[in-house]
Formats: sequence, structure tokens, C-alpha cells
Amino acid sequence: MQNQEPILQTRGLSVYYDTKKAVTDVDLDVARNRITAIIGPSGCGKSTLLRCFNRMNDLIPSARVEGQVLFDGLDLYGHDVDPTEIRYEIGMVFQRPNPFPKSIYDNVAFGPRINGFDGSIDEVVEKSLVRAALWDEVKDRLKASALSLSGGQQQRLCIARALAVEPRVILMDEPCSALDPIAALAIEELMRELSEDYSIIIVTHNMQQAARVSHYTAFLMVEEARVGFLVEFGESRQIFTNPEDERTEAYITGRFG
Amino acid sequence: MVRADFDRRLEDLEAELLGLGEMVEKAILKSMDALKRRDLAIAYEVVAEDDLIDEKRFELEEKCINLIATQQPLAIDLRTLLAVLHIAVELERMGDYAEGIGKICMIIGDDEPAETPQKLDQMASMGLAMLQRSLKSLMDRDTDLANDVWDSDDEVDALYASVCHDIFVEMGQNPKSIEAATHFLWVAHDLERIADRATNIAERVIFVVTGRIGRYKPPESTG
Repeated sequence: MQNQEPILQTRGLSVYYDTKKAVTDVDLDVARNRITAIIGPSGCGKSTLLRCFNRMNDLIPSARVEGQVLFDGLDLYGHDVDPTEIRYEIGMVFQRPNPFPKSIYDNVAFGPRINGFDGSIDEVVEKSLVRAALWDEVKDRLKASALSLSGGQQQRLCIARALAVEPRVILMDEPCSALDPIAALAIEELMRELSEDYSIIIVTHNMQQAARVSHYTAFLMVEEARVGFLVEFGESRQIFTNPEDERTEAYITGRFG
Repeated sequence: MVRADFDRRLEDLEAELLGLGEMVEKAILKSMDALKRRDLAIAYEVVAEDDLIDEKRFELEEKCINLIATQQPLAIDLRTLLAVLHIAVELERMGDYAEGIGKICMIIGDDEPAETPQKLDQMASMGLAMLQRSLKSLMDRDTDLANDVWDSDDEVDALYASVCHDIFVEMGQNPKSIEAATHFLWVAHDLERIADRATNIAERVIFVVTGRIGRYKPPESTG
């Protein structure tokens, strides 16, 4: 881990849906201004874990969280924490691009507006679209519907929308799985650029993508007796060339199970 | 078993690499045989057969590149493929040294009076043993054996120094022998390099098993 305080930490984190455990006792440090990938087989709890970082699991009535998630030392599940506030600081980008059925401009302006932002919305929109590497493609048609954009552009628009409220962390849940390879590479490139200023956590099924894009990788697994436990965490270059745990090796070399 | 096809292709690749190793072994043996017996026919064969070794190396390289491009290997698979690539080159270079010895035989001709120094034969035997052990360490993923190969290199280096010394002494005492002695110096050099290359193979085996590049020193035993 780099020589800086982690931006997010989980301590003994477990998540239940009703009585069913989905994440088991995870201790994980998320590096600041780096990309951390969470990989693992289907049903290993990686998306559930990701959603703990901005309390998206609160939206699922049966979900219950044990343990701690610390954001710069603040317990995100503390009594006085407003999850809505947290989601400005810790934004999220989903698997399928989900722009609002509004103009490109209004999509990006949405967050700052409801947030009561009193500066120049035009500037925020431009800055966010530039940062999301979309500005040049849309600057002449900001009033056009967001739905007129290609899938890859829509996903970059969703990233711009997340950036507009100036988050510090961006959570990405399979952000490229609905995109063609070229659009996916553009998102990966963008992630690397963004990681200079933001901390990014990405859940991905695509091992090559995790290897290409992330600085750190966490491998979660599911076994009969345990669900969603952390097997190995380390620098991606080590995880993908010389993992320490044989279960990690079996998974990343495609010999799992 | 997932990736059964990939596993089979990896296995085949390693088998072919060992096949290349056998070709090289044979070339070294034959080159030394040609040298001792001043047998030009065998020397010609060694030189001609080096082309087959070169071809096999390129074939292996191409297969590795194909597997890397199409299978996106990671972890142990990636290390294995990179090691095969590397070892194929090492073996091919060892073949070149055998070819070099074959060419020296051809230069010396079949009427050379000077006797081949016995220590050269000893160097060749040690180099061959190192080659065989390095390939066995690959097959068995045996880092202890790979480390042994590494240790043997010091012995070959010592023997090389001793051969050179003997040859220099002979040159001083018998100026007529200088030409032949120079040829033997080259042979000694080729044999020393063969042992170095076997050491490089052992180094790659340690990389395959541990992921470390360079010599693996096991943690000191406390018992």
C-alpha cells in the first residue's frame, strides 16, 4: 500500500440480506487516488461490498450491515451520517449507462442544481464533461437528448454527472460490461486519468480489465461455508503475475472450481 | 476441468521444449566427439543440424506468442509461457556453441597432432549434466535442483580457469602449439558459456515456481 492514509477502510464488514450472508468479515484498505479493483466469481458479494461504500445497500430493505466502513476515519454507518450527503462525496457509476431522459446539459447539471450550487452551472457542466473526456464530442449539442448518445458516450456522461458534484471517490460497478471493446478502453483510459484526482473502486468480471486498469486488486470468494470473504489483496501487478493464494491463482488463470 | 485445451497446449509446448533440449544435448555430445576423434563428418553434421535447432526455437517462440495473444495467460500460466520463450532462446544459443565447436573441428582438420585437453571433456560433461538437471528441474518444478545447477556453475568456471591456465602454460613451453591451443581456448570458452546458459535455464525455473526473477534463496532454516 502506498505511503498515505487509505481513503476508505472496512473493518470486520459483513452484509446480510435477511438472514443470508453476502459479505463476510472483510477488512480492506482503499488507497487514495488509486484504482482498486474487486474481482471474484458471480455471487461472491463484490457488488454488495461496493455498495457499502456509499450506503447504496440502505435502499434494499432486507440488507443489514455489520462492522465498520470508515471514510477518512468517519464511520459511514454512524447514527448522524446522512447517506445522501455521502453519495455526493462517493459517487457511483453503474453497469448499464443510465442517463436521465433529459438533455446532455441537464444530466450533468442535475446534481449541482439539486445540491443548491450557487456558482456557474455552465462552468461545472463544461468542466465535468472535459474531465469525462466527452466535451469535444458533445459541446455543439448540449441540448440534445442524452439518449441520442452511443453507449460509450452515455457511460462517460454518467461519469461526468458523477463528477459534477465533486466527489472524492467514484464507485464503478462493471462500468464497461455493456460497452464494445473500444468504448471500454476509452473508459479505462479515462479511469487512469481520473485516478490522479479521485479514488476509484471498480467491480469487474473482466480480469484483463482489472489487470490493465487497477493499481490494487482484491479477490473475493464464495465457498459452501462462507460467502463473500476476502482471499487476497495486493498490488495488481503482483496479483496477476504471482498471487500468493492458490485460490486466487486458480481463479485468475480460469481454473476455478 | 476448465481450460483443458489450454492446459493441453501448455503441456505440449513444454514437451516440445524438452525435445529441443535433447537436440541440443546431442549436438554438444557430437561436437565433443568430433573434436576428440578429429571426425570431420560428425563436425559437418553438427553444423548442419544447428539449422534444425534454430527452426525449432522459432517454432516454439511462435507457439508461445500465439498462446499469449489468444489465451491471455496470467499468473503461473504467464510465467510458464515467458519461461518457455526464454529457455527456448537459451537452448538455441547452446546449440550455437556446439555448432561453434563443430566449426573449430573443421578448422583444425583431421591431421592435427595436438591432443585435445582432457579437461575440456570434463567441462563438457559438467555442462551437459547441468543442462539435463536444469530441464529436469523445469519438469519437476524443483527449485532445489535449480539452485544446485546454479552452484555447479562455479565449478565449471573454476575448471575453465584451470583449462586456460594449462593452455597458456603449453603455449609458453611449446610455441608450435599456439595455433591449436588457441582453438582449444575457444572450445573452452564455448563450454563455459554452455554452463552459463544452463544456469540461466535454472534461473527461469525459479521464476516459474516463485515468481522471483533472480536466484531464490530459501529462508534460513532455524532448526
